Amino acid sequence: MNIFLQYTLLIYFLPLIAFGIQIFVGKRLPRQGDWVSIGAVLATLVLSIALFAGMLLDYNPTFKQNFSFTWLETANFKISMGFLVDNITIIMLLVVAIISSASHIYSLKYMEGDSRYSQYYAYLSLFTFSMNGIVLANSMMLLYMSWELVGLSSYLLIGFWFEKDSASNAGKKAFLTNRVGDIGFFIGIMSLFTAIGSFSYSDIFAGVAAGKITGTLLTLAGIGLFMGAVGKSAQFPLHIWLPDAMEGPTPVSALIHAATMVAAGVFMMVRVFPILSPDVLIIVAYIGGFTAFFAATIAITRTDIKQVLAYSTLSQLGYMIMAIGTGAYTVAFFHLAIHAMFKANLFYGAGSVIHGMHHALHKLGDHKTDAQDMRNMGGLKSKMPVTYWAMVISSLAISGVPLFSGFLSKDAILAGTLALVNRTGSHHLLLFFGFGAALITAFYMFRMIFLTFHNKPNKPKIFEHMKESPTAMLIPLVVLSTLSIFIFYTLPNVNPLSGQGWFTHLVAQHESLVPGNLNPSVYAIEESIHHSHFPAMITSLIVAGLGLLLAWLMYFKKLISAEVWTKRLRPLYTLSFNRYYIDELYDKIIYQPFLKIADWVAYLDWDVYDKYFINGFGRVTEWFAKVVGIADYDGLDQGIVDGFGRSTQRLGNSLKKIQTGKIQNYVLYAAFAIVILLILQML
Amino acid sequence: MDLNILSLLVWLPIIGMLGIAFIPRDKVDIIKIIAAVATGLQLFLAILLWMQFDKTSGGIQFMERYYWIPSFNIFYTLGVDGLSLPMVLLTPLLSFLAVFVSWNTKRAVKGFFALFLLLDTGMMGVFLSLDFFLFYVFWEVMLLPMYFLIGMWGGPQRVYAAIKFFLFTLFGSVLMLIAILALYFTCGQTFDIITLMQTAPEALNGVLWWGMSAIKVIWILLFVGFAIKVPVFPFHTWLPLAHVEAPTAISVILAGVLLKMGLYGMLRVNYGMLPEAVWWFAGALAVLGVINVIWGGLAALAQKDLKKMVAYSSINHLGYALMGMAAVVAAGAASGNNYAAAEAGLSGAMFQMFNHGTISAMLFIIAGVVYDRAHHREIAGFGGLAKQMPIYAGVAAVAFFAGLGLPTLSGFISEFMCFVGAFPVFRTIVIIGTLGILINAAYFLRAYQKIFFGKLNEKYSDMPEINGRELFTLIPLAIITFVLGVYPAPFLNVIRDTVSGIIEHVVAHGGGVGIF
Amino acid sequence: MNILQVYLTLAAVLFSLGIFAVITRRNAIAVLMGIELILNAANLNFIAFARFGGMNFSGHIFALFVIVLAAAEAAVALAIIINLYQNFQSINVDEAQQLKQ
Repeated sequence: MNIFLQYTLLIYFLPLIAFGIQIFVGKRLPRQGDWVSIGAVLATLVLSIALFAGMLLDYNPTFKQNFSFTWLETANFKISMGFLVDNITIIMLLVVAIISSASHIYSLKYMEGDSRYSQYYAYLSLFTFSMNGIVLANSMMLLYMSWELVGLSSYLLIGFWFEKDSASNAGKKAFLTNRVGDIGFFIGIMSLFTAIGSFSYSDIFAGVAAGKITGTLLTLAGIGLFMGAVGKSAQFPLHIWLPDAMEGPTPVSALIHAATMVAAGVFMMVRVFPILSPDVLIIVAYIGGFTAFFAATIAITRTDIKQVLAYSTLSQLGYMIMAIGTGAYTVAFFHLAIHAMFKANLFYGAGSVIHGMHHALHKLGDHKTDAQDMRNMGGLKSKMPVTYWAMVISSLAISGVPLFSGFLSKDAILAGTLALVNRTGSHHLLLFFGFGAALITAFYMFRMIFLTFHNKPNKPKIFEHMKESPTAMLIPLVVLSTLSIFIFYTLPNVNPLSGQGWFTHLVAQHESLVPGNLNPSVYAIEESIHHSHFPAMITSLIVAGLGLLLAWLMYFKKLISAEVWTKRLRPLYTLSFNRYYIDELYDKIIYQPFLKIADWVAYLDWDVYDKYFINGFGRVTEWFAKVVGIADYDGLDQGIVDGFGRSTQRLGNSLKKIQTGKIQNYVLYAAFAIVILLILQML
Repeated sequence: MDLNILSLLVWLPIIGMLGIAFIPRDKVDIIKIIAAVATGLQLFLAILLWMQFDKTSGGIQFMERYYWIPSFNIFYTLGVDGLSLPMVLLTPLLSFLAVFVSWNTKRAVKGFFALFLLLDTGMMGVFLSLDFFLFYVFWEVMLLPMYFLIGMWGGPQRVYAAIKFFLFTLFGSVLMLIAILALYFTCGQTFDIITLMQTAPEALNGVLWWGMSAIKVIWILLFVGFAIKVPVFPFHTWLPLAHVEAPTAISVILAGVLLKMGLYGMLRVNYGMLPEAVWWFAGALAVLGVINVIWGGLAALAQKDLKKMVAYSSINHLGYALMGMAAVVAAGAASGNNYAAAEAGLSGAMFQMFNHGTISAMLFIIAGVVYDRAHHREIAGFGGLAKQMPIYAGVAAVAFFAGLGLPTLSGFISEFMCFVGAFPVFRTIVIIGTLGILINAAYFLRAYQKIFFGKLNEKYSDMPEINGRELFTLIPLAIITFVLGVYPAPFLNVIRDTVSGIIEHVVAHGGGVGIF
Repeated sequence: MNILQVYLTLAAVLFSLGIFAVITRRNAIAVLMGIELILNAANLNFIAFARFGGMNFSGHIFALFVIVLAAAEAAVALAIIINLYQNFQSINVDEAQQLKQ
């Protein structure tokens, strides 16, 4: 058996086995079986590292292994399943394994003492399993199935503390919002299958290249697939579920709702990029760019530390999607991997703070104060140094400061956008979105850092009881902070300003397969990006620096009063604070009407259709029966049938009078009769 | 076949019923054991049949044929093929489990189980008989015990529900009877289904009745007859009521087996004898399917009663099967002889029939479990049960997620295949139908959240966990759902050649050219 | 007027008197006497036809039979009348109406 197949099979099924053990017997195992899940995920980490090392040694950009077997078959209809292992897969496997292992270890302390501890680990394993399915899939079928399964694990984990209504609502919302996107995804898959007759990537690529599906149909299929990504990667207008998903435990937020699952949409778009038509790409670019900017503006006014990170995740995902739209899809994948590290790190940092806050509040016996509200924090730097530095490093990375990983990918995305504008001479709005979001990102990230860790503590009482989190929670922070340094992504190149390295070498951009594609070739795109690289870098450095400076002035030095500016920009502030009222709007125009329609349908079905129409048949029949009954009894039976009887009786009554029983009478009649006969005779 | 396994399958419950008839009414345990043994043996035989079934043949197997009423050319013909085999397995499986579901029946145990076994024979006979007359007899045989089972052991509105059920289905069977007689007299005075499949298309070709094509007239008669059983909108309103009022075990049988008879009848009779009309009616079938999906789903979303919600979900789920059945026309020349889509649709429909049997049975048992404890089924009246009854919540999650079409559970595959099959022919309709997967998720998650999540309702803080007997009825179904969801090939291999046969038959008569 | 007609006329008168007695008399004995008159009218006819109508002796023999029969009939009828009297203390035929309805 092929070594890659062996490894991937193990990587795929180990977490599933762990899930099985945990869900059925986890509670009865020592330590509630957390070691089962952790063992499984660490094994996948080791295997992923092995694969990764192999990839680096091989250093072959076109490496590709495909395994498949027939899963389901009728005479002409066939679905195969299997794995596709190429460099993208291996990198993504490693990303998932790292973040997943980190979350597993982190949860040891974070979830300690929870009443459903083993279930929690079971769900984490289930998630790892399903996520690896998305990564490994070589066909739309396995992709879609795993896609739904991550939706399930996300549902279970968001609603893990289901006693809280907000948590169970958030889980439901996430699942349903994702399903909206999945409808599009499903239609996209069906369109491709109808035209090409297969679900596997290679067949679909070949079919598109051969022109089996073209023009509007291909565009519609592409939009369908993109809808799936919009749902899963929480792009506008389906972004509403992600902020709510923060109701889940923080390690879950880090793993699923920041680093991996939400990136699945991006990953899928990366996979199918060669078949996306230019029209789709423009839509993708605008949706991504808009989400990047739009989410960033909401993040400014969040006071909940996790909400800031949630909106920043939306914004960063928007960047990735925009990068795909501009044609620089390897850059999108680059950002995906890098973002996973620093964003997970930020969440772990936030989780560490929240964990500390919970402990402090618990000691104070305070159940009212919100442990996640930054206004209750401040000055924590001295109490939680490791957490502090981890978060600072990640914030520098996300803001795009040189020497840190985020700079490399963000810069490349902005360069890609600039290149698109230069090539086409239009779409300047995308530039505004991209650079605008970069500025705001730097601003709100450091707003968060300053509010949380600097200045005087806002609640001295709580501050006194704060202490650094336990080691199990700090290990992931340290590891991921290290992985936020540029060097891991640029080797063997050590220039902190250039993203050229193993990654760019190994993840080669695939030519678009859409026949008659008006997009420039890969080479032309790379060339134009290369040309745009320098101006984009300068601009992004300037805007990031500006944002950082603004945050420093406003929240550290307090030279600019945040309150005054809030008042001055009241309408904007209100909009941002209320998240542009999108949730309320959806509630009004979609959710409530939908429920109303359902009620109306049920009413119509049961109380109108059934009651009046169907039962109406019954009633008409009943009435008719009554009429028939009357006609039958009073008319036919009483009138005619009995009438015969009665008239016979009457006749009998009148005739019986001549039967007197006296022989003399009879003789008399006889004599009369004879006389009559004699008279007749004589006549 | 020396053993006459099919006859044994049909008549075994009757033997059990006669056995029960001779047991005094107060020996309830013996009665229950007899019922369990009869259905258990039947299940064993069905599994044996499944294993001996020749998967490479699309034809009728294990045929038994004896003279019954020679003067009218009526035979006692039994046989099984890929279309009926899944149903033949499903029927005793659900009957066997239903015996345990109703283990705690208190009132008139003897009558209950005797009627139940009679019902079992009726159902089995419908799926196995290949003589129209016999088919009709079994069809009616099954109706009567159902009427009494709902009407005597049901809920507060049981009599109304039973009468409604009875009248609806009787109306359907009358139409069916007319169609059967019409076929009998126009196609050479035979009731033999196999023969009619060959002769009817030719005999009816071009025949006009009252200015309408005879094929269309018979199709409509048969379709309405079967549609009532499915039930297809707008003939569906008996279902929620019957389900709500029926005892749990009967709901299981009703949803799991009886509803399938409609679809089975359409595939066996409508598709078999009037293949030309398939081309004419497929569009309407797809539209009806989508209406079922959307209407049933929306109505389910609004329900407050758990059982009623599950009942509407049946309407919703069987809509997918109708869409899949309509996909057969993809094999026509007009759609480029897309056999793959036709097979996907038809296999999907047949797979959905089976899956709905297991999934809705689970859902009804789950509703029954909670009803037995709380004595109500108000969705909003529970809350937080996941904390009190974690195992129950877990099993319920399997059933609910199977219902909303989660991959790795069998419902997903069949729905997926129905959609994929119907998509090339009925693009717009299917796209509207995909809304169903959202509505599906919406009503199941809503119900799940209200029952299991949130704070535990204080009233139920001492509600006992699901017991061994109830688990015993749920676990086999959950395992089947899961195994077929991960690896559906064993099922699809069995029906493969039959599916090809039906498609060939339909294509051979009409071939996509509009003959009307 | 020939001789046969005279006899027949006498017999018809006798017969009519007999019928009259049967129809009008309430007394059972009188009814019986009426019947005797009718029988004797018939006898007279037999004899007359035997003498003038060529019946030879058959008429005589019939007349003898009728006389014997009449005697037997009178005996039975008188027995019935006695029974009637014992049951009803009357021989009025109108009162013997138990069979009526």
